[in-house]
This record gives sequence, structure tokens and C-alpha cells, in this order.
Amino acid sequence: MSKVRWRNRRAGEERRRRRRAGGKMAAGFKTVEPLEYYRRFLKENCRPDGRELGEFRTTTVNIGSISTADGSALVKLGNTTVICGVKAEFAAPPTDAPDKGYVVPNVDLPPLCSSRFRSGPPGEEAQVASQFIADVIENSQIIQKEDLCISPGKLAWVLYCDLICLDYDGNILDACTFALLAALKNVQLPEVTINGETALAEVNLKKKSYLNIRTHPVATSFAVFDDTLLIVDPTGEEEHLATGTLTIVMDEEGKLCCLHKPGGSGLTGAKLQDCMSRAVTRHKEVKKLMDEVIKSIKPK
Amino acid sequence: MEEERHTEAKIGAETGRGSSPRGPGCSLRHFACEQNLLSRPDGSASFLQGDTSVLAGVYGPAEVKVSKEIFNKATLEVILRPKIGLPGVAEKSRERLIRNTCEAVVLGTLHPRTSITVVLQVVSDAGSLLACCLNAACMALVDAGVPMRALFCGVTCALDSDGTLVLDPTSKREKEARAVLTFALDNVERKLLMSSTKGLFSDAELQQCLAAAQAASQHVFRFYRESLQRRYSKS
Repeated sequence: MSKVRWRNRRAGEERRRRRRAGGKMAAGFKTVEPLEYYRRFLKENCRPDGRELGEFRTTTVNIGSISTADGSALVKLGNTTVICGVKAEFAAPPTDAPDKGYVVPNVDLPPLCSSRFRSGPPGEEAQVASQFIADVIENSQIIQKEDLCISPGKLAWVLYCDLICLDYDGNILDACTFALLAALKNVQLPEVTINGETALAEVNLKKKSYLNIRTHPVATSFAVFDDTLLIVDPTGEEEHLATGTLTIVMDEEGKLCCLHKPGGSGLTGAKLQDCMSRAVTRHKEVKKLMDEVIKSIKPK
Repeated sequence: MEEERHTEAKIGAETGRGSSPRGPGCSLRHFACEQNLLSRPDGSASFLQGDTSVLAGVYGPAEVKVSKEIFNKATLEVILRPKIGLPGVAEKSRERLIRNTCEAVVLGTLHPRTSITVVLQVVSDAGSLLACCLNAACMALVDAGVPMRALFCGVTCALDSDGTLVLDPTSKREKEARAVLTFALDNVERKLLMSSTKGLFSDAELQQCLAAAQAASQHVFRFYRESLQRRYSKS
């Protein structure tokens, strides 16, 4: 080997060794004092992955990927991946509301997405997320339940929405809400007529129509640090270190469907106002993304 | 023989208006609290708000399972039992809300590798259930002597379709309301610890409800103070 090439090779190795040693030191500090490591970044108003305090991770959405479901959507928020599949089935409407159908959401956090979940009955996190999605559907009136009724008192549609997390890296509620909204926009229900003579339902699979989505609820999650600092779209590590979380679900008129703050450090009214304005801008971003995706779908 | 001290403090909420019928505006229902009524838990309390009643018991700091222990603080657990039926997903969600609120105020670092369990039993539900659960949990934690950095209270607001605000609604009003908001506030700076909402409302209405809840929480905290003073005074 020539002398020049040998010297360059040694210099490259030297640089790599120094970079690895520096990385090892930072990684060691991060393991021993994760909160202090984090605070160093927050002092400079940024986060370890390079984002600003009010910046969301890259959001991608893919609609209609599951052909066996009536509607589906896959949402990625950075690394967090949630897939939603909607199946429509027939059911008798509830006796106290004979002219309404219903929507049944279910959030599943399988052991695949994170090492903290075990197989078996749904854990607390999954149950809380399911209840949250059910509340969002109920509060925001995203679908008029009367639209789901086929024959009052006898037959109605029931929409089973299954949300499965494939990769858990924080901010599961935002991803689930977006996936649900995108999947519901993708649902096509066939036309159903009740035969007068046989009183049976006849399904016309050739004639399908989209659901009437009345509002577009969009969730924005925040994490509270050291009782004062608010950061948007926390990752898994940030959620673990945070002293509190806050999720705001807003629709396009600026009305709030849900203000979910499960305990944690206290917030003043002024801080809430800042969160509201951030939620409004997030709603606009998400709506733009949704419209782009819907336009790009080729009609079947 | 030592007698079990059944201290009872029945002080009604005084807001200048009668408890029923309520005029439009900010008035809370009559509330009452009884402490130290159960013999097995380390602390217990029963909180009544109008006709809503919740019984709370606190065990702790006690032994914790190795799988659940946290090396530098106490593990808090909340169990909420409804009046009828088995606990479901809604109860799990409420348990999470109450647990996180308690975790924010309890000084867990003073008792590492222990467990503090709060058990809540709904005795009767006539509206504002979550707020009543929060108040009962706080009184039970105080009775058990668990160190806390602040006390907390729960307040419920209901918004009618025409925008009128009603505090501490009955279950009939809750059903008819457009939105029902429940807040948990601490007594040091009246900051918002927990919020759980149902229905649609605007930003301005949220601020209005929050301000009304902060004003109402003063009454609740004064009631806490007076009931504890009565209990520990030597008269």
C-alpha cells in the first residue's frame, strides 16, 4: 500500500474512533441520567431528534390498503404506526334508539409494537385508548348515527373499527384519531333494500356510496416537562420522562371535542391557550394532508 | 377501652342560595364528609354531594409486588367499583384519570418501593360522579396520613344548549346538557391537574368553565379545612 493511502486510512480510522467514543459517552450519559440529558437539549429549545418544541414528526397516511375491509387507513407519525380497518355488518338497532346504528371502536396494542405490552387481555393503556376513541366519536358526531339505519327497529349498520398499533413510539392517541378519520372517509357502504314480500335485506354490491363525514376531529398531544415546558408530539422516551400529558381534539370550526388531561403537573389557563392555538394550526396541516390523499385515490 | 373516633363533619356549602331549586349561576349542592369510618384501611372517607355518594379507602404505604415496584417512588393504584355490574372499560379510564391526579400530588419519593392503593366504591350516583370520587380520594388520603404536596378537589360544569353554565349538575341536567366538563384543581395555585370532557364546546366556554371551577373550588377547600379542624380540635 502506498504511504499516502496508508496515512489517509489511519486518519479515517482515527476520526471514526473519536466519533464512536464521543457517541459512547453521550449514550452512557443518556442511560445514567436521562432527564438531565434531556434538559440539556430543552435549554437550547430543541429535542434530541432535532425537532423544535412545537414541531410534529413527519406524518404519512396510506388509504385503502386492506382490500378485505370496507375502509382502511395506515398512519405513520415518525415511527409510531397505527393501522385502522373498518368492517360494516348488519345488526338489530338498540331498543332505546331504534333509528340509529352504532360504531364500535377497539384499540389493540399487541406485544409486536413494544416490549412493555404482553399478550393476553387488553392492558390498561389499550382500554384507555379505546375509551378515548369512543368518546371522540360520540362527542364530535363524526357520523350521524341515523345515517347508519336501514330499517327502523329492524336493521341497521354497525361499524367495527379496529385500530392496531404496529410500532409504538409515543403519541398513540393522535395517530389513532387520524387513522380512524382517514379510514371512515374511505368506507364505502353498499346499497341495501328491504324486499317487501320476503322482508329480507338485499345487498347491491355494485352500488356503493361513501359515508357522510360531518366533522373532522384532529387530535394534538402535548407532554409537560418539569411542570413548565410544553412539547408537542412526544416520542416514547419523552412520554416516559414527562411529568404530565395533554390531548386536545379539535374540529374545523375551532370547537373542542375532547380535552383529555389525565393528571400530571398543573397547567394555568394561559398555557392552555397556547396549546389551543397550536391545535388549530395542526388541524389545518392534517386537513390539507387528508384532502390530498382523498384526491389521489383512483375511483374503483 | 379506647373508643373509635367517628368524627363527622357535616357542613353545608354556603353560597347564598338554597341547594334546591337552584337558580342559574354558580352554586354547589350540599356536601358532607365523614372520615375514619372503616376499620381495616389505613384511611377512609365518605363524600356526599347532593345525592351522589362515594366511599373511599386507602391502604398504604404497604408492601408491593416485585413486578410493580418502582425503585425511587411509591406505586399508586386506584380501583373504582361501580354500584352495579362489573367494572368495564369506562371504569379503567376513570381509574387512570384519578391515579394520575393522585400521583401528581402525593410525595411518592418519600416512600420508595411501596404501594399506596386507593379503593373507591360508588354508593349512589346522581350526577358529578367523577368529581365526587376525586374529593373522596383526597379526603381518604388525608385520613391515611399519606404525605402530599397539595390537596385537590373535583368540580363538574355543565353547559346547556343556550350556553348557560351550571356547576355540580344532577344526572338529569347532565343528560340534557350539550357539554359536561370535569376538572381537578389543586389548592396551592388553583392549577388544572386533570380534565375530562364530554360533548362539544368552544375555547371561550372552556376558559369560562375553568374560571367558574376555580371559584367553586375555594368553597370545597374551605370545607376540607373546616372539617379537618373540627376533627382535630380538642373541644
